[in-house]
Amino acid sequence: MNPATQSIERPAGQAAAAGNRGNEFLTFVLGNEEYGIEILKVQEIRGYETVTAIANTPAFIKGVLNLRGVIVPIVDLRIKFNLGSADYNDFTVVIILNIDKRVVGIVVDSVSDVITLSGESVRPAPEFSSSLDTGYIMGLGTVDQRMLILMDIEKLMSSNEMALRDPATH
Amino acid sequence: MSTDMSQFYQVFFEEAAELLAEKENLLLGIDIDAPDPEQLNAIFRAAHSIKGGASTFGFADMTEVTHILESLLDRVRKGEARLTGVMVDAFLNAADVLKAQLAGHRGEGAPDPAAAAAVCATLKSLAGQGSAPIATAVPGAAVEAAPVQGGQTFAIEFDLPAGGKNPAVLDNLLKDLQGRGRMEIVQRPDASVGGHYVLRLATAISEEDIWEALAFVVDPAGLKIGIDAGVPPAQEAPAADATGYGFFEPLYQALVNPAAPGAGESRPEGRRESDEPGVDGLRTGRRASDKVAVSSNTDATSIRVNIEKVDQLINLVGELVITQAMLAQTTSRLDQEANETLAKSMGQLQRNTRDLQEAVMAIRMMPVSFVFSRFPRVVRDLATKLGKEVELKTVGEGTELDKGLIEKIADPLNHLVRNSLDHGIESPAVREAAGKPAKGTVTLRAFHQGGSVVIEVSDDGAGLNRERILAKAMERGLAVHDGMSDGEVWQLIFEAGFSTAEVVTDVSGRGVGMDVVKRNIHALSGSIDIQSVRGQGTQMSIRLPLTLAILDGLSVAVGDQTFIVPLTCIVECFQPRSAEIKSVAGTAKLVQVRGDFLPVVELHRYFHIPRRGPEMEKGIMIIMESDGERKAVFVDELLGQHQVVIKSLESNYRRVQGVSGATIMGDGRVALILDVAAIVRESATPARATA
Repeated sequence: MNPATQSIERPAGQAAAAGNRGNEFLTFVLGNEEYGIEILKVQEIRGYETVTAIANTPAFIKGVLNLRGVIVPIVDLRIKFNLGSADYNDFTVVIILNIDKRVVGIVVDSVSDVITLSGESVRPAPEFSSSLDTGYIMGLGTVDQRMLILMDIEKLMSSNEMALRDPATH
Repeated sequence: MSTDMSQFYQVFFEEAAELLAEKENLLLGIDIDAPDPEQLNAIFRAAHSIKGGASTFGFADMTEVTHILESLLDRVRKGEARLTGVMVDAFLNAADVLKAQLAGHRGEGAPDPAAAAAVCATLKSLAGQGSAPIATAVPGAAVEAAPVQGGQTFAIEFDLPAGGKNPAVLDNLLKDLQGRGRMEIVQRPDASVGGHYVLRLATAISEEDIWEALAFVVDPAGLKIGIDAGVPPAQEAPAADATGYGFFEPLYQALVNPAAPGAGESRPEGRRESDEPGVDGLRTGRRASDKVAVSSNTDATSIRVNIEKVDQLINLVGELVITQAMLAQTTSRLDQEANETLAKSMGQLQRNTRDLQEAVMAIRMMPVSFVFSRFPRVVRDLATKLGKEVELKTVGEGTELDKGLIEKIADPLNHLVRNSLDHGIESPAVREAAGKPAKGTVTLRAFHQGGSVVIEVSDDGAGLNRERILAKAMERGLAVHDGMSDGEVWQLIFEAGFSTAEVVTDVSGRGVGMDVVKRNIHALSGSIDIQSVRGQGTQMSIRLPLTLAILDGLSVAVGDQTFIVPLTCIVECFQPRSAEIKSVAGTAKLVQVRGDFLPVVELHRYFHIPRRGPEMEKGIMIIMESDGERKAVFVDELLGQHQVVIKSLESNYRRVQGVSGATIMGDGRVALILDVAAIVRESATPARATA
């Protein structure tokens, strides 16, 4: 185990507390950009371990990992969105997501914070072209002059584009 | 209230399904000319228990059918009506209707009310025939009878063998009876010696209730319950008995008239015992008594557990095995002498985990009799339909295999048995002409062989007709020739749409089926083999792995990756010499094995993995077989043989070409399990990279 491994188990029961105060987001960094995803989709955060590669898959699917007996696919979002350099060291972080009862891991440069955003501080995303389809952006949040891209991680991970599911299930 | 009940529905459904199956078996085994009273009683009890459960849960349709069924059965077992073949058929039909109704309540399809009505009508008319007093088998008639005022006195006599049952059980029983009325023990021998018991019980409960209470402990064959004339009974009781259907009288009175003294308070107790036996220990008691006909002293105890819990247990033990392997790997690197105790403990841990894993896997194992038990009915019905005489023999019903396999093997087996009856066994006239007994025999046999289970369906029928199969194959444009071995010819019947039957019946002959059978069995990573001798019979052998959760595999290295090859697919492994490897048109490679040329699948190409070195002779060729086709698969290195726990890739990811699943190796890394069938089939057109 490398020193950066920090396993934060988060019980799903915290949804109720978030109710009125706005939504809690886990923020992480990809290249120079800061992203946020709903905290309730996050199962745990851990260090990067060597994965078992799977043939004939897109480059951003790194392979599969043994997470306490469950086989979990690992997606490198840096490769998917051409952000940052996709190198793997002791500080590379994997966020394990639990989406629609399926478990999937995403590789990011680093995890920064958990923040609460009220409804007013989230602006709708304007139409623009990027490698991240605006359909997967829930909105843009502002925290202390910084811009936070709020990603609809569930929609993204369930999309055909990510090729994480059998096409037949759509 | 209704929500409270619904949690017991599942228990009732399972219970009722078991009882129906049991009843069907008993009916099929019964000798019409001289029915065994014990069997009749067992059938009656099954019907009665289903009725009790159904009325408790408010399934009125099932209650109605079982009630009429029960009335007729009651008369038969009391000797008031003679059992006939027509009755057995009617009873079986009733069982079918009940099954359909049960499925309806489960939410699986709607039962046909017309069928239920028809069966009820048949049963009623049967009940109307026969001996003197016509039983009006409707609740209304019973209710109209005058209520019993007090109760009656029963003389109860039975024998208990020495040390047969736990004396404490008997004590409880006697106490129980005492609580229901005034009981006098006329004769009670020493429990350790055994002998004849005589009791006198003055009570408001019915004879049936006493019977049921005692049946758990006492062999019903030796149980006598009579109305004691010595004590004046309630005046209505003899009248009720004289109708020939007085048996259930007190029950309806108790239900309709709960104010009746004694009846109101004692009745609910009696019901609970018989209707929800799962809640208390009596369940096992009933089981034991029901199986008396088979073996007199089996105190089988079992509990019903949700299959998910078992699967979770299996998963957890799988984790434990992996963790243990990881620990073993780590400790093996330590200084053995300095850490002697640790090494010893590790050995102990390894043994314990292995035992634990085996024990846990055994939970999922079920005897194959769960499938076999349905066939007596299938054979009986089908033989009647086809006008053939067929006897079914089953051997090795106790052979155990995984529950998942049991469920999935039922359909293919059903198909093979139907096929044997339709095409295999000849009509009695033909058989006699051929010098064979008129009655054909179909044998179902199950046994363990090595790490697999073999299930055989054999018949002493006509055997397969080689010429006809070949002719049919040519007609269908299949690549065949006269020089094919018998084995190859027999495999042709597994081709889609292949049937040599002269007449297409509704049983079989449409040519859909054998290919499905083969596909289903392959899906269970099993194989099917045919042996047939013209005029003597056919034998189909299905070979299955013991379980679907664990796989015997060979781990191989390709580049820096590890793959698992299922052992069952491997024919042989060898290190090729460069002279043996030929290429065609520059790229496609063939390897020469004892004069044959086999196509080579280079796994590093198939999976796009960089190889360690370019030389072919440093690697290993594994000859794999699937669907009768062989390919040589080229890998870098053989690592070892393992028993691996199969994990699904699809639960969190998706299907991957050439990979059937994944497993976790001793070092905690994931290894992919090769889908040999896909690799052998598709390797002609290597997977295209999508990246």
